[in-house]
Amino acid sequence: MNIDKDTDTKVTRRDFLYLTTGSFTAVGVGAAVWPFIAQMNPDASVKALASTEVDLSPILPGQSITILWRGKPVFIRRRTEDEIAEAQSVEIIDLPDPETDESRVLKSEWLVMVGVCTHLGCIPLGNKGDYNGWFCPCHGSHYDTSGRIRKGPAPKNLEIPSYVFLDDNTIKIG
Amino acid sequence: MSEDYTPKSAFGKWFDKRLPLLTLFAGHVLAYPTPKNLNYWWTFGGILTFCLITQIITGLVLAMHYVADANLAFASVEHIMRDVNYGWLLRYLHANGASMFFIAVYLHMARSLFYGSYKEPRELIWIIGVFIFLLMIATAFMGYVLPWGQMSFWGATVITNLFSAIPFFGEAITNWLWGDYSVGSALLTRFFTLHYLMPFLIFGLVILHIWALHVPGNNNPEGIDVIKGSQDTVPFHPHYVIKDVFALVVFIIIFAGFVFFSPNILGHSDNYIQANPLQTPEHIVPEWYFLPFYAILRAIPDKLGGVIMMVSAIAILAFIPWLDTSKVRSSKYRPLYRQFYWLLIADFILLGYLGSQAATGIYLIIGRLATAYYFLHFILIMPLIGFIEKPKPLPKSISEPVLSKEEQKAKVEKAARA
Repeated sequence: MNIDKDTDTKVTRRDFLYLTTGSFTAVGVGAAVWPFIAQMNPDASVKALASTEVDLSPILPGQSITILWRGKPVFIRRRTEDEIAEAQSVEIIDLPDPETDESRVLKSEWLVMVGVCTHLGCIPLGNKGDYNGWFCPCHGSHYDTSGRIRKGPAPKNLEIPSYVFLDDNTIKIG
Repeated sequence: MSEDYTPKSAFGKWFDKRLPLLTLFAGHVLAYPTPKNLNYWWTFGGILTFCLITQIITGLVLAMHYVADANLAFASVEHIMRDVNYGWLLRYLHANGASMFFIAVYLHMARSLFYGSYKEPRELIWIIGVFIFLLMIATAFMGYVLPWGQMSFWGATVITNLFSAIPFFGEAITNWLWGDYSVGSALLTRFFTLHYLMPFLIFGLVILHIWALHVPGNNNPEGIDVIKGSQDTVPFHPHYVIKDVFALVVFIIIFAGFVFFSPNILGHSDNYIQANPLQTPEHIVPEWYFLPFYAILRAIPDKLGGVIMMVSAIAILAFIPWLDTSKVRSSKYRPLYRQFYWLLIADFILLGYLGSQAATGIYLIIGRLATAYYFLHFILIMPLIGFIEKPKPLPKSISEPVLSKEEQKAKVEKAARA
């Protein structure tokens, strides 16, 4: 090693010590702080309640039910032929958040979606609004018969939860 | 003056030599030199201190009876109202106290804006004040959630959902805030914890606010510097102690009027319905003191844009000391700016009204215009007027306007006698 008197431009042992001490302190502080931040995330008991099974047999065409999943309402609607036709006939290029009706359902008769407005989290009202779907009273968002945003401040379509058909009349959400 | 102060008693001398609390008190409360021309707009500092202490004390005792759990919170508030000795009084004092706190803080800020109290050398006092205001907003919002009524729940839902507007991390951040996938018990408990903590943070900032104030001393209605050690100033005690106490008593009479005669007039009746996560109220409105900012949020048709504008509406206040380019502090001597000042006040009140109405049709259009004016005032009008306005001549001392009035009066009297 070349130890000069004019160390201004040279890397010294002391610089190395400062740097390593600083780095280790930063990592240590980060590791110590992490539990205090992570404790706020959803806990094990909340996650354990994260799936729900629903029996669909009592629902007739044109009827909807609302169930609670992860503390949020989920709308399950058995759509009529007219509603399905209406949802499928829309030009998706015209939509604020373009999605085909087919991509939003597993079986076109059953529309399953999280009943939380994508604007600021209010619950939209069913069979209302300019598109015969849902209408959010808080800030005036209109959703169509596929739960897609058509008019108003909401940026996205109503969210589709992940779900599977266990048999013809039962779904498991989550 | 504080440097000359020595305690009278032997114990006082012994104590003060080891911890100069008495000297501090004598210098900053008793002898603190204050401009002699302060009007009643200067009494809100004392009133606000009273409000903070009242909220801390009433909050402390309410916390002895309140339960921060989604299943029990609503019932525990009813328990406070019906069963706890004087519980109704303590809760009404705390709830209305929050409103009184905001009335006082808005008037205090309006005073600073009118008389230019944010200008050099008092920029930091103002900026610390903006931070206090921000903490007050957070504290009041979280406090409103605690009774777990319908407005509590849906207010919390709407406001915490604002964070979901953040690109990419929005959902992760909201779930982290909630500690759940929706607003529930976990959020209620952490809001209670923070609601308890924040008043003490405000208290700390208030000390810094007063400390920063006592370095240059008070501004005054003329907006000109006082000559230190001259007859321009009087000791804080008894002159301003008495003036502040008188204003405080008037304030307390109004406060008591709300508490005893219409304790629910400033609240929303829907908050006496227990929170129901399956039903959104027809019309969600925040407490009255947030309405102007709520109107700004709703005026913007884009979710993220609305959130950014609402936050900016408060953040922009911190930059006022540099946005205002005029060297003259008091609007008394600023004939042009004064008119825009009152326009801003009217605009803010209009925004408050619009925030309470449904955001549709004509209300939405007016809301957008009012929002535009709010921002234009600060980023365009304030800097420009400083350059084009010709201020009225400033008096040579704070005594001059009073003396010249008296001289004129004497002349008129003399003429009448003659």
